[in-house]
Amino acid sequence: MKSATQVSTVCLAVFTILTVHISASKAITYPEAPGARRDSDPATQPTTQAAATVKIENFAFLPKELDIAVGTTVTWQNADDVPHTATSKDDPQVFDSGPLDTDDKFSFTFNKPGRYAYYCKVHPHMQGVVVVK
Amino acid sequence: MSNYIDKDTSNDGIDRRGFLKCMAWAGAGMVWAMKGGILTARAFGQDAPTAAGDDFTFVQVSDSHIGFNKGVYTDVVGTFQSAVSRINALPAPPSLVLHTGDLTHLSKPKEFDTVAEVMKSIKTQRSFFVPGEHDYFVDNGNRYLERFGKGTIGTGYQSFDYKGVHFIGLVNVANISNGNTALGVLGNEQLEWMEKDVASLGSSTPIVVFAHVPLWTIYEQWGWGTQDAAQALRYLKRFGSVSVLNGHIHQILQKVEGNITFHTARSTAFPQPAPGTAPSPGPMKNIAAEKLRSYLGLTRVDYVEHTGMLATTDSTLADDVPATQP
Repeated sequence: MKSATQVSTVCLAVFTILTVHISASKAITYPEAPGARRDSDPATQPTTQAAATVKIENFAFLPKELDIAVGTTVTWQNADDVPHTATSKDDPQVFDSGPLDTDDKFSFTFNKPGRYAYYCKVHPHMQGVVVVK
Repeated sequence: MSNYIDKDTSNDGIDRRGFLKCMAWAGAGMVWAMKGGILTARAFGQDAPTAAGDDFTFVQVSDSHIGFNKGVYTDVVGTFQSAVSRINALPAPPSLVLHTGDLTHLSKPKEFDTVAEVMKSIKTQRSFFVPGEHDYFVDNGNRYLERFGKGTIGTGYQSFDYKGVHFIGLVNVANISNGNTALGVLGNEQLEWMEKDVASLGSSTPIVVFAHVPLWTIYEQWGWGTQDAAQALRYLKRFGSVSVLNGHIHQILQKVEGNITFHTARSTAFPQPAPGTAPSPGPMKNIAAEKLRSYLGLTRVDYVEHTGMLATTDSTLADDVPATQP
């Protein structure tokens, strides 16, 4: 059995790798992030960037849960060879991408805090959520 | 109790050879012959019965996905037409043709027009349709219903009688759960209609139900099932012969449960993986283009009324291509 220290070390290592990976993909995926660059006061800066991407791949939304700050524009991009949608489950509906065929994109800006659950109308087993703080 | 005649789908370890043998890649369809309430299915090119008395034949085609064009699946119109050629080469034309949904890929007017054109070239008395999710999700089924919804109710369901057999076409792709289940949904309105629809029928009336998404849960993780199917099947419990024909999963699977036999048809466009054998249910990618048609598959199914069992025989369509095939 591993000691608590060993487990912590492993967890820390995994966490570090994940953090590095997320930072790296952010740098690649959202290079334009305009708001973050203009605002010089760190206190008023949102903790996440003003643009984020959800990749649709292998019949899944990646990431399945996306945390963003108010005002962030989320872009869904379909990397599968069949059509999908990103459709809000709220009533009234907050957003609906309509059909996204291969490589199609859809963007929506979230201006109110909340938890926005959504799904794919073609394949309702595909579920995702955007958490806006 | 589940009784898989064809394959043990609860086991992910299907060997490749057995898997290929039981799959159809494209251009396939089923021929169903109704003989005195006993439903038998055969492959195209096999000897078709000569219709006599109240016996008749009908054909099921499915998942033509007109508009899809990816990977090796670059000619979905051609493979759909191949299926039609096989139907038209039958010694006796089928009385009816059922299309069990996903006529189109993206519900575009041109895609629907192509489907209508190809279906019109089938030598048969009449064709019936139920929508798949690809015919519905873009515009809540409006274009589909405009073209193929004539004589149907609500979201596009219907029933009719042919030579003593009662056919029920159900719609489980109308997105009425708003994403709150991964599975297909029939909905209360349709279920109430169905209960009334069968209420006055004698229990000896043979029933054929056709719908897009399977009415039995094959693989919930991929949404391969219908949430409220059990309710619909309860209405059919008292009937001696019930056959449920579905599409959606682009492969043949069968199950017998009491008096009810379930069967899913192949697609005429592209195959999908067996449940749980791939990261997603997307079109299979490891099929070589030149092999596509040699994997045209077929299954002969004999429905034996007194045992309520479906017996299947798998072979490839290449063995049975009719001489008249262009």
